[in-house]
Amino acid sequence: MPTQILMPALSPTMEEGTLAKWLIKEGDTVESGDVIAEIETDKATMEVEAVEEGTVAKLLVAEGTEGVKVNVPIAILAEEGEDPSNVEVPEPGGEAADGQAGDAADDNDTDDAGKGAPVFVDHSAPDASDPDVPEGTKMVETTVRDALRDAMAEEMRRDDTVFVMGEEVAEYEGAYKVTRGLLAEFGAKRVVDTPITEHGFAGLGVGAAFNGLKPVVEFMTFNFAMQAIDQIINSAAKTLYMSGGQMGCPIVFRGPNGAASRVGAQHSQDYSAWYANVPGLKVIAPYDAADAKGLLKAAIRDPNPVVFLEHELIYGETFDVPDVEDWVLPIGKAKVRREGSDVTITAHSRMVGFALEAAQKLAAEGIDAEVIDLRTLRPLDTETVVNSVKKTNRIVCAEEGWGRMGVGAEIAAVVTAEAFDYLDAPPARVHQADVPLPYAGNLEKLSLPDVEDIVKAAKAVCYAE
Amino acid sequence: MAAKRTTKTSASKAGAKPAGKEELLQYYREMLLMRRFEEKAGQLYGMGLIAGFCHLYIGQEAVVTGIQAALEEGDQVITGYRDHAHMLATGMDPNGVMAELTGREGGYSRGKGGSMHMFSREKQFYGGHGIVGAQVSLGTGLAFADAYKENKKVAVTYFGDGAANQGQVYESFNMAKLWNLPVVYIIENNQYAMGTAVKRASSETHLHKRGASFGIPGEDVDGMDVEAVKRAAEKAVKHAREGKGPYILEMKTYRYRGHSMSDPAKYRTREEVDDVRSHHDPIDLVKKRLIEGKHASEDELKEIDKEVKTIVNAAAEFAKESPEPDPSELYTDVLVEV
Repeated sequence: MPTQILMPALSPTMEEGTLAKWLIKEGDTVESGDVIAEIETDKATMEVEAVEEGTVAKLLVAEGTEGVKVNVPIAILAEEGEDPSNVEVPEPGGEAADGQAGDAADDNDTDDAGKGAPVFVDHSAPDASDPDVPEGTKMVETTVRDALRDAMAEEMRRDDTVFVMGEEVAEYEGAYKVTRGLLAEFGAKRVVDTPITEHGFAGLGVGAAFNGLKPVVEFMTFNFAMQAIDQIINSAAKTLYMSGGQMGCPIVFRGPNGAASRVGAQHSQDYSAWYANVPGLKVIAPYDAADAKGLLKAAIRDPNPVVFLEHELIYGETFDVPDVEDWVLPIGKAKVRREGSDVTITAHSRMVGFALEAAQKLAAEGIDAEVIDLRTLRPLDTETVVNSVKKTNRIVCAEEGWGRMGVGAEIAAVVTAEAFDYLDAPPARVHQADVPLPYAGNLEKLSLPDVEDIVKAAKAVCYAE
Repeated sequence: MAAKRTTKTSASKAGAKPAGKEELLQYYREMLLMRRFEEKAGQLYGMGLIAGFCHLYIGQEAVVTGIQAALEEGDQVITGYRDHAHMLATGMDPNGVMAELTGREGGYSRGKGGSMHMFSREKQFYGGHGIVGAQVSLGTGLAFADAYKENKKVAVTYFGDGAANQGQVYESFNMAKLWNLPVVYIIENNQYAMGTAVKRASSETHLHKRGASFGIPGEDVDGMDVEAVKRAAEKAVKHAREGKGPYILEMKTYRYRGHSMSDPAKYRTREEVDDVRSHHDPIDLVKKRLIEGKHASEDELKEIDKEVKTIVNAAAEFAKESPEPDPSELYTDVLVEV
C-alpha cells in the first residue's frame, strides 16, 4: 500500500505552515530518516524526515505553498514492489485517513474533573485518633531532642532498612545532638556522616528510597535544605504520580526549621508554607516531645516522602512522654490542646507554646480560647479547625513564618469557605514581619510573632479591645 | 567530533574479540528498533498525537545497546529525559512506552508522566528525569542502597554533556568514591547541550576526566561503535560490582535530530550531521560487520527490518487506540494510601 506523507506540526499548537522546500523529487528513492523537505512557520524552520522507505510517487503540494494545514498529505511514497506511476492520489486538501490530531484534544471538553470548584486531596486520617493512654501509664519526662532520638532508634531497631544520614549525625552526634547515641548502637553503615553537600545527599537519599531503603535525612537546618529543595519536590514528591503509582519514595527529611536566636536572615526561615504547598509530600511540625516521638515514628513508617519540621528553640524543652511499647501517632490529625468557647487559635511547632500562654492571659481577661495544635500541615486537618470555629465563631491563625501565602492564609481561606456563616469576625493572622529576619536583638524581637501578638489578635476578633 | 576514531576503546583494538553472529544480530535488531521507534515517535509528534517535550535518541543507539549488553539482571538503570531507547534497552514494552508518549491509559505511567517520566520496577528502570543532573544524585542513591543491601548489583547512571556541568554531579562523584558505591556513570556526550557545543560550555571538554579529582577512573569510548561500548562497559561494571567504586565512561556520540522536536538545529551545519550519518552511523556499522563477516545476507537483514517495523507500527497503533486516562485518575497516585 502506498504511504501518505503528512504535513507535520512543529509544535502541538501549530495548525498550518509553509512548505518551503522539497529536497526530493518524484521518482527518488528515500530511506527512513532522509530529510525530504523543509517547512516553516512564523517561529521556526524545520526539516521533515521520511519515516518510511520507498519511492516518491507524487509530490502533492508544490514548494513555496503557504498555509498548508497540518496532517494534510503532502507526498505519496510507493513501497517496494509497487508501481510509483500508478498510485492512488487522494483528493487535494483532504484530511488524512488517520489524522487524529484534533480528536484527543476535543475529547477533553467532557473531562470536567479538576475544573470549577477547587479540590484538595487531603489524605488525612479522619477516623484515626491518638492511641489511648491507659490510666496509670508512667509518664517519662523527656526533652524534644531525646524524644526524636528515641523515635529514630526504635524504628531502626524495628526495621533494618531505616538509616540516618546527614552532616555531623554520626561521630559528632548531631549538630544539635538529636542523633546522640545512634552511631554507638547502629554503627557507621546506618548512621552516615555526609560531606557538606545537601543537594547531593538529598538526591542520594531519594535514590536509596526508590531502591528499597527508608532514609531519614537530617538537614542541619532546613535553611540548608533550600540547596536540596529540587530533589525534595521534583524527585521525592512527584515521582509516584509521574510513574502512575509505581515508584514510591519512603523518606523522611528532618531538621530544625524556623528562627533560632540571633542568627540572622539566612539561618532563620520557616519553610512550613513552602513544603505544605506541594502535593505528594506530607508535612509535620510537632510541638511537644510526645508528638515529636509519635509523629516521627509514623513518618519513618509512612511509605511517602515526609518533611518533618523541628524547632531548635524547643529541642531542650521537657514534656511528658507516655511510657508505652510503641508510641505512634496518626499523621494528619490536629490536636485540641486547650478547649475554649470564645475564639479558636491555630498554631504549629513552637507557636503552640505561645498560643497556650496567650490563652492563659486571655482567660484572665475573661476570654476563653481554644488552642488547636495543627501538628500536621499536609494533610491539614481542616475538619478539627472548622468544627472549632463553628463553636467559637472566631479564629486567630498563628505561625512563625511570613504571612503572605502562608499557613494562616490557607486556614483563613478554608474557614471562610466552610464556616462562613458561623464567623462573627474576619479571621485574623499572626506571623513574622514581612522582612528578612534582622540580627539586632530589638529588631529580631519586633519581627517575630510572640504571645502578646496572639493576645492582641484574639482580643481584636472578640472586639474586646 | 563524535565519530573520529581516536578514542581509546575502538573496535579495531588489537586483541579485542569481535562479536559473533548472534550478538551482532541482536545489536542490529535492538538498535533498529530504537531508531524506528523514535522515527515513529517523531511522526506521531508531527501529527499532534504526542505533545510537550519529546527528545529523540536517533544516532545514539549504540550507547544504551552496548551498555545494557554488559549488565546483569537486577542492575539498575536511570537517566535523564532523552530516555525512550533506555527503556527499550531494558526490555520495556514498546507499546507501553509509545502509549505514554501519547498520554494514554496504556502508558507506563498511565498517561501521567509523558516522554520524560517513565519507570519500570520490573525492569529496574528508575526513570526518566526532567531536571538536568538530578538523576546523577538519584542514581548514586540507587547504588548506595545496593551497597547497603550488599546485593552485588550495579546502578548505571546516564547523563549528558550538559548535565556534566551541574554541581550535584560532583557532589555525587564525591560521595560515590568516598563510599566506593557500585555506580557506573555514563556521560552521553552528543556534543551539544541543547544548542550549546561542549567547547562553548565546558572548560575541560574531556568529560571522562571530570572524576579525576575524586579518584574516579574514566575513559572515553567511541559511542558510535556498539562493540566498543560493550567492552568498555564490561570493564566498568566489573570494577563497580567488585566493590572498587564508581567508574566514568564518556561516550562520544551524536544525535541526528534536534534537542527536542521544536529545535530547528541551526547551531550546527547540515554537512556535519550528514557526515556522521553517512560515515559513522552505529547501525550501518553493525550492518557492515554482519555483511562483511558473512553473518547475514541483505535479505536476512531486511527480514529483521520488517519485524521491527511491525513491532513499531503495532506500538503506534496501540498508542493511538489506547484511551485517555479516566478523569478519576487525576487524583490517584499523589500519595501511597496507608
